[in-house]
Amino acid sequence: MAPANNPAHNAAPLRVRNLTRRFGANTVLDGLDLDLAPGSFTALLGRSGSGKSTLLRTLAELDPVPKGARLDLPRPVAVAFQEPRLLPWKTVWQNVALGLPGREARSRAEAALEEVGLSHRVEAWPATLSGGEAQRTALARALVRSPRLLLLDEPFAALDALTRIRMHALVLELWRHHGPTTLIVTHDVDEAVLLADRVLVLENGRIAEDVAVELPRPRRHADPGFAALRRQLLGALGVALEEAA
Amino acid sequence: MSDTQAVPAPHGLLPGRAAEAGLPAAASPRRLTLPPRLRRFISPLVLVLLWQAASMAGLIAPRTLAAPSTVLASAWELTLTGELPSHLLVSLGRVLSGLGIGVSAGVALALVAGLSRRGEEIVDAPMQMLRTLPFLALVPLFILWFGIGETPKIALVALGAAFPVYLTLFSGIRGVDPKLVEAARIFGLDRRGLIRHVILPGALPSALVGLRYALGSAWLSLVIAEQINATAGIGFLINDAREFLRTDVIVVGLLVYALLGLGADALVRLVERRALAWRPSLVKE
Ligand SMILES: Nc1ncnc2c1ncn2[C@@H]1O[C@H](COP(=O)(O)OP(=O)(O)OP(=O)(O)O)[C@@H](O)[C@H]1O
Ligand SMILES: [Mg+2]
Repeated sequence: MAPANNPAHNAAPLRVRNLTRRFGANTVLDGLDLDLAPGSFTALLGRSGSGKSTLLRTLAELDPVPKGARLDLPRPVAVAFQEPRLLPWKTVWQNVALGLPGREARSRAEAALEEVGLSHRVEAWPATLSGGEAQRTALARALVRSPRLLLLDEPFAALDALTRIRMHALVLELWRHHGPTTLIVTHDVDEAVLLADRVLVLENGRIAEDVAVELPRPRRHADPGFAALRRQLLGALGVALEEAA
Repeated sequence: MSDTQAVPAPHGLLPGRAAEAGLPAAASPRRLTLPPRLRRFISPLVLVLLWQAASMAGLIAPRTLAAPSTVLASAWELTLTGELPSHLLVSLGRVLSGLGIGVSAGVALALVAGLSRRGEEIVDAPMQMLRTLPFLALVPLFILWFGIGETPKIALVALGAAFPVYLTLFSGIRGVDPKLVEAARIFGLDRRGLIRHVILPGALPSALVGLRYALGSAWLSLVIAEQINATAGIGFLINDAREFLRTDVIVVGLLVYALLGLGADALVRLVERRALAWRPSLVKE
């Protein structure tokens, strides 16, 4: 499961125990437990409003840790959101280098941009980037910090289908190369099965379904076993499929 | 993608229009083919010519309004005698010191109120109350407090400049996208880094708009302030000219006020263009 070329990079697993989070009377996470193996790639599915983003925000420590919960989290953490959230007044490389200490900030940023194929846009203003380029910049900004935990909250939802396919390949390559423990939130069952070793379904504030994906990589929709997994996950999400019968 | 495509659009229009304008010109070469920028000046120029003609024909009495030629001649003369430059320097000095004090105070108060909750509680409520006061109505009080020397004049300019700067910078700071702040926080910026790299640059566009208002308000304050017993300055020049029914000198004074206002505005635009080069509307310019 862990990436082959640097298994020693990540030692710490991610462990969450008894995570409860309420907004007023609305209990979004309800005693949730979660374990992620070091360097694993996991997808998190769930209906809209099931609390996926809330869970991710807690793992990123953007929200305070609720009382009674125990969190052991690999650090450093990096997050990419559905919107790239680039600072419009900083050039592409400055965005990637944001918060990096030292003199090599710029060269590290440029190296990361090269990895995501944006060497030619290093000096550009974010306002001039296409959606895919902006999202790749956001990925470079996440990776430049060599995170041990990479959290992706629907990072490709706003991209067109072709760009999304390219981004899938890119994310897998970056994951294989850097080996962070990766958790991606997505609405797209196909995306989850294509990318992840393990697919979780969040329901009623807990992990309701935990499915291992053992298809060999690179994966295709036409692979045997793909359709079955897809049907199983859609079923868990409460979608009945006539065409899949 | 949409951004990149949207950017050249407004500019794309201009050459198109120019080409349209060029077509009839090619058909009949004797037509006026001034570039659009210059064409804007045609109608003001015609108005000035009409004014001149009316003055020469005796339709406008000199004590109502001097002819443009007289105004120009007086401007030239006042410049040669050194009168205009020296009054101009006095007025400029007032505006610059008033602006310096007002803008610094506005920025400082906005930073205090914008960057901390407690600062907001202490600073913002009184500022919002004072803001509803037309500050020019404070002139009598200022005269009582500061006499009739330079102090009330500079204080009035400072007051006029401080409020727009405070209000726009404060709302600019509060208006910074919390999602950007959150992202920057994840990527390891501490509070100082956040202020420097996210909050202040995010508030800058709004603050520059405030600066432009501040300049406008500063000129207005200057005009009013110079009506208070001044012995030098453009306002004094105008008041003095009124005593002698010299409408030409009054118009010279007005023109100087107008030019100073225009110059200040152009300066802020220049700053905007350089400091806000990242904005989608300015990118690629
Ligand atoms: N700050 C907040 N205050 C109040 N309610 C909140 C807050 N944040 C989230 N919620 C609620 O918590 C629930 C879960 O929200 P969350 O954003 O985690 O859903 P999600 O699974 O990410 O949904 P989506 O797939 O649509 O992004 C929703 O009902 C939402 O309204
Ligand atoms: Mg969400």
